[in-house]
Amino acid sequence: MSVIKTEHLTHTYSQGTSYEQAAVSDVNLEIEPGELIGVIGHTGSGKSTLIQHFNGLLRPTSGKIYVDGEDIWENPKEIRRIRFKVGLVFQYPEYQLFEDTVYKDIAFGPKNMGLSEEEIDRRVKEAALFVGLKPHHMEKSPFELSGGQKRRVAIAGVIAMSPEVLILDEPTAGLDPKGRERILGQILEYHREQKKTILLVSHSMEDVAKYTEKVLVMNHGKVAMFDEVEKVFSRSREIEAMGLAVPQVSRVFLSLSEKGWPVPANVYTVDQAKTVLEKILKQGGSANA
Amino acid sequence: MLKDITIGQYFPGKSVLHRLDPRMKILLTIGYIVMLFTVSNPLGLCVGILFLIFAYAISGIPPRMITKSLKPVIPIIIFTTVLNMFFVKGDPLFDWWIIHISRQGLLTAVVMTIRIICLIAGTSLLTYTTSPIALTDGLERLMKPLKKIHFPVHELSMMMTIALRFIPTLIEETDKIMNAQKARGADLESGGIMQRAKALVPILIPLFVSAFRRADELALAMECRCYRGDAGRTRMKQLHYSWQDGVAAAMTVACIGAVIAVNIFAPVMF
Repeated sequence: MSVIKTEHLTHTYSQGTSYEQAAVSDVNLEIEPGELIGVIGHTGSGKSTLIQHFNGLLRPTSGKIYVDGEDIWENPKEIRRIRFKVGLVFQYPEYQLFEDTVYKDIAFGPKNMGLSEEEIDRRVKEAALFVGLKPHHMEKSPFELSGGQKRRVAIAGVIAMSPEVLILDEPTAGLDPKGRERILGQILEYHREQKKTILLVSHSMEDVAKYTEKVLVMNHGKVAMFDEVEKVFSRSREIEAMGLAVPQVSRVFLSLSEKGWPVPANVYTVDQAKTVLEKILKQGGSANA
Repeated sequence: MLKDITIGQYFPGKSVLHRLDPRMKILLTIGYIVMLFTVSNPLGLCVGILFLIFAYAISGIPPRMITKSLKPVIPIIIFTTVLNMFFVKGDPLFDWWIIHISRQGLLTAVVMTIRIICLIAGTSLLTYTTSPIALTDGLERLMKPLKKIHFPVHELSMMMTIALRFIPTLIEETDKIMNAQKARGADLESGGIMQRAKALVPILIPLFVSAFRRADELALAMECRCYRGDAGRTRMKQLHYSWQDGVAAAMTVACIGAVIAVNIFAPVMF
């Protein structure tokens, strides 16, 4: 059974006024448990609006959302329960830190869930470990930490709720390459160990290509593509037509194959490119056709 | 939800009133207020009402905005009306137990109510037709003479401008933080008053932190562009009086004159 399912999900901002604007229209999706999905789309494509529906922060103007087969708006009073099931890490989450110690901030979510002290303690420590925070960080004020550390505290705050689905909106925005790799690596590890469903919203095609298994492409509030990474990037030209950049390496390979070189057109990571090129070179220059 | 709050009620438009110099509009509004309070005669009040109707008509502001601007002051209007009705002494119209209504009382109540309505609707017209920035600009220029007595006119208007500029930004920020904390299961909607106040802590702290951060950044950016206060500063948008300002001034003065004339030649009331 799919963990998140939407039926004709539509959200219109400022309905009934002259500013009316459909941010998301008629989205039908099924997300299976344990998938790691990259969500891409340029600014205003509706991806942020869409993910805020998954944990009930926004209510669809029409259509339905099911989490674990349950219509989440059937009982609006119970909506907090859905938020514990579907954890959402916003863009620049470090701006939401407020407690006087890192430990307390990470514990905010689990505390709201009404867990026991021991369970909270266990989860906080586990989450901190996942994002690579050291024990001596825990009693510090979150405002003393560096930007990257703050970001990891904020992500830990959501992981500590142990949600079935973890959604991260641009978790690497504004970080240096090392910080990006570190956070994405930790998310990947979390995915592997916990087998949880993860949605990763990103601007970087390179990151999506490298880390995710499936890609959801949003365009003008609609789902343009939702498929495995390989299949999506084989339609690079369509993606470019939407104003999105495909990974640099797939652009190179696409152009090569269009010019008649015998290389596959759906190469999207540097590692793949290396394997493919080595194979061709070993065949002894037969690629010079 | 927070986006519904409108602060500064500027109604963009291209009418003559929109194009008037903000300084003139402020002065004329003050003139109008003075006029309303010199009225001592229903006839004079009619002049005030007609003037207001005329001004709204040429401004292109929808009339329902008048009722909207009056909504917050309804309690005050009712309060003054009731007080005047019952406590002004004169020829009794109605007497029962401790309730005495006199003819003068009733008249004063009506005049006062109309006066307050005109006052609010008139001053609202100023904010409807003038953008907040133009308004602070006009205020700064008008208060310039106060600088002679070392009143920090420029600093005050700069503070107002910055505050106005950041209101929408902070509202957006609050919205974001609220969503982020809700995503962590914060419960903002239920519980008693103490619980609700406590639930605001996770929102207020990040909001203050970010406001201070923004203030810091803004100060730095201003300094980088060599902002050093008022001294030697010129303006990109120079304010100029035009012939339309003259016409508006003449009309207002004529109305004030009419009210005073009515007061002198037809002193029927009070």
